[in-house]
Amino acid sequence: MSVTEIDLAPARGQSMPAVQEAEASAQTDQFITFKVGAEEYGVDIMEVREIKGWTQATRLPNAPTYVRGVINLRGTMVPIFDLRARFGGGETEVTKTHVVVIVRVKERVIGILVDAVSDILSIDRSTVQPVPEMDGAEDAKFLCGLVSIEDRMVALLTLDRMFSLDRVDQKSLSAAELQN
Amino acid sequence: MDPTDRFKRTYFEECGDLLSSAEARLMSLGDDPQDGEAMAGLFRAVHSIKGGAGAFGLDRLVKFAHEFETVLDGFRSGKASLDLESHATLLRALDTLADLVQADRSGLVLLDNHEAAAAAELAALKSSLGLQRSGASPRSAGPGRVAEIEPRQKRRWRVRFTPSRDLLRKANEPLLLLRELRTLGAVKVAVDTSAIPDLASIEPDGMYLCWVLEVETAENEERICEVFEFVADDCEIAIEPLPPTSADGPEEPLPAAATALARATETDRAAQGAIAPVSGEQSTIRVDIEKIDRLVNMVGEILITQAMLSQQVAAVQGDVVPELAAGLSQMAAHARELQENVMSIRAQPVKSVFQRMPRLVRELSAQLGKEARVLMSGEDTEVDKTVIEQLSDPLVHMVRNALDHGIEMPDARVTAGKPRTGTILLSARHRGGRIVIEVEDDGAGIDRRRVLEKCVARGLVAPGAAPSDEEIDNFIFLPGFSTASKVSDISGRGVGMDVVKRNIQALGGRVHIDSKPGRGSRFTLSLPLTLAVLDGMIVTLGVERYIVPLASIVESLRPLPRDVARLAGSGRVMALRGEYIRLVYLAQVFGCADAVNDPCRGLVVVAEVENGLKVGLVVDEILGQQQVVIKSLETNYRQIDGISAATILGDGRVALILDLAGLGRVAEAADAAPTAPAALPPPTGSSPAVAQ
Repeated sequence: MSVTEIDLAPARGQSMPAVQEAEASAQTDQFITFKVGAEEYGVDIMEVREIKGWTQATRLPNAPTYVRGVINLRGTMVPIFDLRARFGGGETEVTKTHVVVIVRVKERVIGILVDAVSDILSIDRSTVQPVPEMDGAEDAKFLCGLVSIEDRMVALLTLDRMFSLDRVDQKSLSAAELQN
Repeated sequence: MDPTDRFKRTYFEECGDLLSSAEARLMSLGDDPQDGEAMAGLFRAVHSIKGGAGAFGLDRLVKFAHEFETVLDGFRSGKASLDLESHATLLRALDTLADLVQADRSGLVLLDNHEAAAAAELAALKSSLGLQRSGASPRSAGPGRVAEIEPRQKRRWRVRFTPSRDLLRKANEPLLLLRELRTLGAVKVAVDTSAIPDLASIEPDGMYLCWVLEVETAENEERICEVFEFVADDCEIAIEPLPPTSADGPEEPLPAAATALARATETDRAAQGAIAPVSGEQSTIRVDIEKIDRLVNMVGEILITQAMLSQQVAAVQGDVVPELAAGLSQMAAHARELQENVMSIRAQPVKSVFQRMPRLVRELSAQLGKEARVLMSGEDTEVDKTVIEQLSDPLVHMVRNALDHGIEMPDARVTAGKPRTGTILLSARHRGGRIVIEVEDDGAGIDRRRVLEKCVARGLVAPGAAPSDEEIDNFIFLPGFSTASKVSDISGRGVGMDVVKRNIQALGGRVHIDSKPGRGSRFTLSLPLTLAVLDGMIVTLGVERYIVPLASIVESLRPLPRDVARLAGSGRVMALRGEYIRLVYLAQVFGCADAVNDPCRGLVVVAEVENGLKVGLVVDEILGQQQVVIKSLETNYRQIDGISAATILGDGRVALILDLAGLGRVAEAADAAPTAPAALPPPTGSSPAVAQ
């Protein structure tokens, strides 16, 4: 998959049959999936604004490690979050092939740094499995479900909880990170 | 959006304008009670508010506005002259009216008796003026009106009512007008349908009819005009007297001369000032501020892109394509012109802020038992809306301060050989790409002896220190300073001038005091014309670039190692011409690992943070000076301590803009509490200090 600009409109066009199916069953959602290491994550396509190649971000002072900085997206300041770092996998070593998925979370526009975009999936809501409860798995609350596609497992993300920008949240998170 | 909501919103926007113009007129009536023009304007404003309120069914507003209007009409028609007391009543009534409008606008529920006091005052005023209560329904205030002076003899009038095509689109209903006309007397209605086009070209909401109305009424021509007052802008009205009914002779067909007559009557009415018929197109339009903001943003983008292109072209060695360079520089000029023009759309005269001051001074001086007046000059000077919004509070503080601490009691003034009434002069002018606002009073000036005593008493100044007059004057900007011996309602809570200075500085402005004992003080504010762009100095910290607001920079230098000393805590200071300046290691505050972080190898930018307090910002390098477009970080991220906003540099990358006032606090929190400078050996210069 190309890592520079991906226009979503043709992608939507290609999946037109899927959309029609969706209307038939009325329970299908489309997700864009991307890879971080060996793991695959999905976000609701309606939340995704665009996908662009990695550009150097300007670091923000005293931000948690998973905040890579801000970039200029046609005149607006868009903070970039490192999904790998968010899940405790350390900072991503960025290369030219890394991709930023620009999403709208509530009123905010943010970018998520991932390794690569892999697919657009139509997922029947009834096939989404709940996230199993795991002891101490803090990250589990950022997921809203799991689906298995062929032999792969895709974890569906709830973005608004993940990059909530509450001060308290951030402070406690970075404190927790320092202790680790 | 629901069309009614849209109209309602427009109505409330207009109410805002009407209320402020009403207030301005009322204030000018305070100076000149005979000003008939102002009274008529005031009446029209209240009348318009009432009219719109009626259309939206805001009954409470209508009722109050009607009472108000009746009283105003009494003054307008010259029944009574405005004395001080009734002026005060009108002021209070206007405030109440504004409250009611605000309540309807925001959906706030006011107490049932909110307007009771003002209404009672109006009623008392009304009866003292000998005005009877006019018709029960405010809109049909016709019969029984006392304003009628002519003998009550019925006369016949012919009214030719030619609405414009837009009448219906502006939510007017001609039927209501005809009905209201009928309240004046018997009406014979003839409609002229000749203008109706064929079905194909008819606009469903267009107005194609015009009416010829014959009214038999005891009212005068002005009263008939009033019926059409709300649609005056959207129609032509010709009123001509007809011979009495008895001589019901030659019934003219719709006379061609009516148009000519219309002109004549219009001129008459214009002379009377009853209805101002609008001729030709409107010269202003109302535009949603958001649209303009978007335009401003977009122009900012153009400037950034243009800077980027210029940089790229300059990077290409030699004159490869001279036309390209020439075209670019031309585009740069156009872009800048475009920006100036777009910014001028958002610019507003400072009048909107100045206008509130006479009222403030009037009320305060009554409270304080002082006498003062406000003079204004340059109130048409324009400045960006964002600055206007931020300007109001500091200005209110300064005017209060001038009145409370500057202007003396009337008797004291006479003793000092000054006129009883003090003068506060507000002035605004453009100077060097900034706006300069002065608040000048002819009061006692700053009592330097008392200021110094107070500062010593509060531990703000060391006892025995001998500061210069100018320094003492600037002490009033210290936080927690207040010379008023008792805390008054007006000022003297010690939150005055330091807040003023901080707010002005946050806007990238400066405050200067000029005071002469016994002669008065002058506060000079100098502000940028806009908050959308900022003059900044680009500095580097490792790979990142930061913008320091140019207005705060005092100087920049590279100190010698012996001038840098460690404090007893963990901070460091730099000796500069006998002054110790605290150093802020930006790289540490912001956690930049790859920065030089050594003042003796990098640079120190000395900047004024707050209240004349200087700090030295330790940076790697200065890249240059540039006008930058301010971009909010809070839209998509959150506020960052020590950073006010971001901008986009010529290469398209983001750079952060320092918030110096905030930075002082961040650095303070990072440092241990600093004590007196200790004479410790200076750092070697090779080992960067690590303070945390």
